[in-house]
Amino acid sequence: MYLTLSDRPAASPDAPVAGRRRVAPVVVTLGIVSLVTDISSESVAAILPLYLTAVVGLSAVSYGLVDALYQGVSALVRIGGGWAADRSGHPKWVAFLGYGMSAVARFLLLFSTGLAAISAVIAADRVGKGLRTAPRDAMISAATPPESLGHAFGVHRALDTTGAAIGPLIAFAVLWWIPDGYLTVMVISFGFAVLGVALLGLLVPDRPVPERRRDRAPVRWREVARPGLVRLVVVAGALGLVTVGDGFLYLALLELGGFAAHWFPLLYVGTNVVYLALAIPVGRLADRRGKATVLIAGHGALLAAYAVVALSLDATASTLLVLLLLGTFYAATDGVIAALAGRLVPDELRASGIASVQTVVVLARMVSSAAFGALWFVLGPRQALVVVGVALALALPVAFASARRLDLEAAGAP
Amino acid sequence: MSRRTRVSLFLALVLVVVGGVTAYAVGSAADYRRTYQRPPSVPTVSDADEPAGPASGPRIVFRHTGIDDSYGRVATVRLDDPSGPRTVSDVSCDRVDATDEVTACLRTERGVVTTYSLTEYDAGWHELQQVPLPGIPSRARLSADGAMVSTTTFVSGHDYLQVGFSTATEIRDVDGRGHGDLERFALVLDGERVTPRDRNVWGVTFADEDTFYATVGTGGRTYLVEGSLDARTLTSVADHVECPSLSPDGTRIAYKEASTRDGATWWTPAVLDLATGERTVLDAEQASVDDQVEWLDDDTLLYGLPREGEAGSTDVWALDARGSAGPRLLIPLAWSPAVVRP
Repeated sequence: MYLTLSDRPAASPDAPVAGRRRVAPVVVTLGIVSLVTDISSESVAAILPLYLTAVVGLSAVSYGLVDALYQGVSALVRIGGGWAADRSGHPKWVAFLGYGMSAVARFLLLFSTGLAAISAVIAADRVGKGLRTAPRDAMISAATPPESLGHAFGVHRALDTTGAAIGPLIAFAVLWWIPDGYLTVMVISFGFAVLGVALLGLLVPDRPVPERRRDRAPVRWREVARPGLVRLVVVAGALGLVTVGDGFLYLALLELGGFAAHWFPLLYVGTNVVYLALAIPVGRLADRRGKATVLIAGHGALLAAYAVVALSLDATASTLLVLLLLGTFYAATDGVIAALAGRLVPDELRASGIASVQTVVVLARMVSSAAFGALWFVLGPRQALVVVGVALALALPVAFASARRLDLEAAGAP
Repeated sequence: MSRRTRVSLFLALVLVVVGGVTAYAVGSAADYRRTYQRPPSVPTVSDADEPAGPASGPRIVFRHTGIDDSYGRVATVRLDDPSGPRTVSDVSCDRVDATDEVTACLRTERGVVTTYSLTEYDAGWHELQQVPLPGIPSRARLSADGAMVSTTTFVSGHDYLQVGFSTATEIRDVDGRGHGDLERFALVLDGERVTPRDRNVWGVTFADEDTFYATVGTGGRTYLVEGSLDARTLTSVADHVECPSLSPDGTRIAYKEASTRDGATWWTPAVLDLATGERTVLDAEQASVDDQVEWLDDDTLLYGLPREGEAGSTDVWALDARGSAGPRLLIPLAWSPAVVRP
């Protein structure tokens, strides 16, 4: 009904030309934009705690408080980003605004000294991130035929994660070279942010959006809330409520004597490397076996990770196994859920649909983190994990049952 | 704009950005080498020149913070001449405390993975023990007899969805075993046994072999707790006290009192009389003091303040503990003072 043939992504010049193995050039370009931007944000994120305490002389605890607040703000801005992208019909320029805002924040960071200024700049950065995610995912979705969506998101997330891994390495290489080189890291970070924005602005076409029937008509949330999307929101939200942040899993490993504390930052790197390696193959698996099926199966890997931590038989082996399982979980969920959500709503409401699901997942995981933190202190890490694990194990069969319907809905016209 | 123009424009921008950033980095590396190779701007004296110099006898041990070739090293001045020449050791610390026999040094060791450690030294700078710390050094305190050491560090989480920081505070026997994380001690607030999940413990000050004081933060409030190592308990004795420091005569606690100014936390040094509960807020100090105070003697407090406009440099100030006089600069370019009376 909303899909006329000329609107089909396959007809757009950005669509793959040489069979299914390739993804659209715009997906790769967007991936590189994310890679460069992630180098920018992760290099600063890696040094910020040291910078705030060692140079600015702030109590780190006060930084933690503001940080939590912005997570919530970012989640709400995300919905706004999706809505603005659909309302204007120009997701590229909404994403551009988001990337631009983060770049401006990195520039202002060069001149910020007090806690208030630095937190304001970090807030602007987070708002930018919230704003750009859904429009960007909608662009990936629009440029890709449905049968290779998983692959396309896999390519994008692999590039994105590569940037996240390179950023801290650059930061610490600079600090090793120039021990007080915090400002140098920030200058480098700003440079990468500018390149990301320029790449998006200059080389990503503002095309792969279907013509709006009713020009600049308001986004109707009733249209967004189609049965398929509502089902996905419910399933993903419910699973989000029993998803324990990886930070907690690492802490639990630490408590149970898995490794020495100073390896802590490396665990994030390890998980990212696995995610990076699996993003594309798991994405392609999602194209063949059904995205919802793979999404739910990814939560099976999460459940296995809980079990490994709770049992914690051999310290080194369980640490490595948990990294492997968490990387698999991210590869099977993060890009796949965006790929799925984009198929469950009409094309012109794609960004809003993706944003809704992502926001619900983020909020559900925030609630879950708070609740799990409470459980942890009442029961201890092992018992708390057992409780959450049992809840997840009970939820999985139900989720699997709905996965089949979701995949059918995503395969047919919405 | 044609695609070719846009590609050329982007490539030109890449050149400009890479060139500019590289030039900046090379310049700041050269700057760094230049500034960190110059000698200190304050008078120094070497141990060899003066055997009875600042490194022995009554003294103040601290971290030198001049931007020079001795930045971050442990230095010493004579107690009766704190603004006089200092000896500078070869040991670098972020946070230091010392007795006549033992020096405790908290350090950040940078690398691809940045690590943190506590190193205990004897009087001849021989390493007694090194233990890894879970986070960024914040406070270090030795007991008066040098038998125990406590460390407070900031542990940074790294999850998109979690609060970024919490504190980790531990007590160890010097050259011996640890007593575990103080967050695991049984907590009694206002007479009631509680187990809040958001509790944080920081800023230990030792009273005797068993007893110590510290701050517990939970639910947005802070408490002064009296701790027992043997019983593994923390019991609140007052509220609204941060980073306690017990006076040499054991009757008073110096601390920082939090308030809000321009939307940010502001700390004013203050003194609490343990027997009467009477508080003296020392608002003669106009700056916000984020430090664990050290007692110079029973009448005078010491603490570090960052230098305005000179990132990384700090000074140690002295303040009358009864509030009858304003602060005076005691040791320029110094941080983390420890008073040693052999």
